Amino acid sequence: MDDVKTPSREERKSALSGLGTSRKRVEDARFTQGKGNYVDDIKLKGMLFGDFVRSPVAHARVKNIETSAALALPGVHAVLTAADLEPLGLHWMPTLAGDKQMVLADGKVLFQGQEVAFVVGDDRYAVADGVSLVEVEYEELPVVTDPFKAELKDAPILREDIADQKEGAHGARRHPNHIFTWEAGEKEETDKVLEEAEVVADEMVYYHRTHPCPLETCGCVASMDKVNGKLTVWGTFQAPHAVRTVASLISSIPEHNIRIISPDIGGGFGNKVGVYPGYVCSIVASIVTGVPIKWVEDRMDNLMATAFARDYWMHGKISATKEGKITGLWCHTTADHGAFDACADPTKFPAGFMNICTGSYDIPVAYLAVDGVYTNKAPGGVAYRCSFRVTEASYFIERMIEVLAQKLGMDSAELRSKNFIKKEQFPYTSALGWEYDSGDYHQAWEKAMKSVNYKQLREDQAKQLQLFKDGKSRKLMGIGLSHFTEIVGAGPVKNCDILGLGMFDACEIRIHPTGSAIARLGTISQGQGHATTFAQILASEIGIPASDITLEEGDTDTAPYGLGTYGSRSTPVAGAATAMAGRKIRAKAQMIAAYLLEVHDDDLEWDVDRFSVKGAPEKFKTMKEIAFASYNQAIPGVEPGLEAVSYYDPPNMTYPNGAYVVVMEIDVDTGVSDIKQVYALDDCGTRINPMIIEGQVHGGLTEALAISMGQEIAYDEQGNVMTGTLMDFFIPTAWETPNYETDYTETPSPHHPIGAKGVGESPNVGGVSAFSNAVHDAFKPFGLTQAHMPHDHWRVWKIAKDLGLHS
Amino acid sequence: MEKINVTMTVNGKEETLSVEPRTLLVHALREHLDYTGAHIGCSSSHCGACTIDMNGKSVKSCTVFAPQAEGAEILTVEGIGSPDKLHAIQEMFKEHHGLQCGYCTPGMIMRSYRFLQENPNPTEEEVRFGISGNLCRCTGYQNIVKSIMAAADKIRDEANVEKKEIA
Repeated sequence: MDDVKTPSREERKSALSGLGTSRKRVEDARFTQGKGNYVDDIKLKGMLFGDFVRSPVAHARVKNIETSAALALPGVHAVLTAADLEPLGLHWMPTLAGDKQMVLADGKVLFQGQEVAFVVGDDRYAVADGVSLVEVEYEELPVVTDPFKAELKDAPILREDIADQKEGAHGARRHPNHIFTWEAGEKEETDKVLEEAEVVADEMVYYHRTHPCPLETCGCVASMDKVNGKLTVWGTFQAPHAVRTVASLISSIPEHNIRIISPDIGGGFGNKVGVYPGYVCSIVASIVTGVPIKWVEDRMDNLMATAFARDYWMHGKISATKEGKITGLWCHTTADHGAFDACADPTKFPAGFMNICTGSYDIPVAYLAVDGVYTNKAPGGVAYRCSFRVTEASYFIERMIEVLAQKLGMDSAELRSKNFIKKEQFPYTSALGWEYDSGDYHQAWEKAMKSVNYKQLREDQAKQLQLFKDGKSRKLMGIGLSHFTEIVGAGPVKNCDILGLGMFDACEIRIHPTGSAIARLGTISQGQGHATTFAQILASEIGIPASDITLEEGDTDTAPYGLGTYGSRSTPVAGAATAMAGRKIRAKAQMIAAYLLEVHDDDLEWDVDRFSVKGAPEKFKTMKEIAFASYNQAIPGVEPGLEAVSYYDPPNMTYPNGAYVVVMEIDVDTGVSDIKQVYALDDCGTRINPMIIEGQVHGGLTEALAISMGQEIAYDEQGNVMTGTLMDFFIPTAWETPNYETDYTETPSPHHPIGAKGVGESPNVGGVSAFSNAVHDAFKPFGLTQAHMPHDHWRVWKIAKDLGLHS
Repeated sequence: MEKINVTMTVNGKEETLSVEPRTLLVHALREHLDYTGAHIGCSSSHCGACTIDMNGKSVKSCTVFAPQAEGAEILTVEGIGSPDKLHAIQEMFKEHHGLQCGYCTPGMIMRSYRFLQENPNPTEEEVRFGISGNLCRCTGYQNIVKSIMAAADKIRDEANVEKKEIA
């Protein structure tokens, strides 16, 4: 026996691959071998395909839809129009924002690409033939694309269905094209502070319309089993449970007879939160035809019709003392919501968490108003890799800080440092009403400034500027700074719900007799690696190696109810539920161990993977032994088995934060920017898997690079989408994408069971400001205060031209 | 529409399919032969998710008609390794976190497969240029580049071992 080495505590801990381990991903075996199971991979017996006839114009009456030629094609089985859906009450559907949206054009179309008819056929090719043969007669109407013109007296009325409604889902409406006005903070007090301030910076900051554009588009397979009365829908759903409830409410199919399955999802980034007409039409078509129906949008459909993001015109005023102490912040936002208000925000927040726009700064008084308006553009307003308008808010404040610094003649790094919320002020209540849970902004900022050698960067920049002025170089150097504070992990049921569903989340754990386990969650991974990381949380909580824990999500028949994955809510909410369910398992395990060891519960202590007797560590029962005992022994007063479920209602949001620096060189004559350095320091609280965190940061920074430097959904005045393919819609390739330096500080969330805050969206939130600020910074010596994104080559060239730099 | 027979070798196996002449190769592979590794991300040759190897060249199978593959040697991600013995590129993508959602991965791996035969000893810059026809929305490419560089090393090492063994 002597040669059998007893593993040390550290060895036992390391064998678990728990919290803090850069555990390799369990998902990768199937993905690298082409064995993922995405929605378009699903093939069912007798399955037919569906696709849309879409509107070529942005605003028109639909005078007639002629389907006979399409129906005469041998491979076409059905063509659905609004008239077919109306008897079922499904020609319109509710949106997540309290509005309603046409499923198929009901008398008129309101944006280019809108769904007009749904053609069902044998395969994609037959359907495409059918789509081309449906003839629609349009009578064009005047188009509104400028949100500032939407509320003019003589503006065309877009939503005739609600033209007379004075009251909307979020209060009074003053114009047929007005959706809501949402306010936060103290208006009068803020006005007063601004009026009396020593210095005020006033700027319009536009965060342009863009699109999440995951590599896999949206789609579903709907299958109505008429024998059993059960509807199963496989689809690209970031919130499968919410989809089930909504599907039940609008279809009148009892909820227990609906099964929603999110298989592998090829990226979401907010695009796959909403409910789209394609889902509704596929379900109806399956009910009508009695066979499964597959609908998968193509890239143009995706960019034109499902889920734009941003499009916020943010007018800001920020006041300060001459010494640079910020005294107040005012913001009025005009939000272009497109033709239907389909924002995916918690119900009570029609402008999401835009009221986090005081950012990382201790601003005594603030006021925010957001006006939402209808235009002839696609609906959406999704949180593209961010938590509900946090990206807009963060970009706004980080631009305002820069503009203020310029006005004060102060270095913006110093201005930030002067105004950060101090470590000892947490928990900190912001002027717009949020309670920031934790942070150490000064520590992060100082670490970042030191890491990039900020002083040296400024010296290099000055040298480069001199070379430019002396005519020896045509390049300018820009240093972009940003410090962001996110608000993620929606959220507490008391103020966060979607369509009345509280935004808790859940985890259910079942320990098998031999000591391995399965855990199921209400969330759904779209690349974040939940199967890897949630098993790590659990491994640390219950002492079972992560490799012995299967993790499942996305099947509403088996997983506990949860509100899904978006807004960086998985780790803050479902991750917390996972830890809490693990603790319930451990509590029961302690009772079983006490029985087996013939001691009192209180005489035991938890030790990595076992309970041991206090003061006698050689007397112990491992989780594996306890698991087996729970199945094979009659323990007085204890039910057999070892299972737990936790529904976790978070007491607060979490507030990840970080400090980013981007250095770029800009060619004044071509507008081409060369990214020289990107440094990203993130504080996401407790770090579950550093490898995955780093991967998330790389990816988020690249999306930030895309958005700030070229990506947009642009419309012309007639409402034509100008960027509807990947030819025009910018996605950086490996060639344009720089290498990133990642760094961190670790300030655990005080209210989260393991202190984690979430990280997936931070780099997008902080990154956009840093890239954009770098462009502005390069031209600052020539008087540039604000230039709207995206900073593509032409727009940057135009900045230089307008500043008179092209002699 | 009238169908025609197309014969091609896919992952070493000869296959004859009856398809409409307008059938895209990616649909033939995915829907007729159930090789669902190649994905569709844009249908316009921009994203590269459908990249496969055809007659020794990387091809975006969403813009090739199936009949154009008559007599061709096709290799998809399903054909380069096995669950027991992954290809070095597959292994290195796992090792270096070269993927997240996995949707671009089969195309990215197949492009890397051909690229590393075109250039077995690439610089980072050459890798970045070599895969610039394949888009990824999740990783920011940094770890993909790292994976491919590591795979290049591994493939060269394995080749050297083989050479030594033969010698």
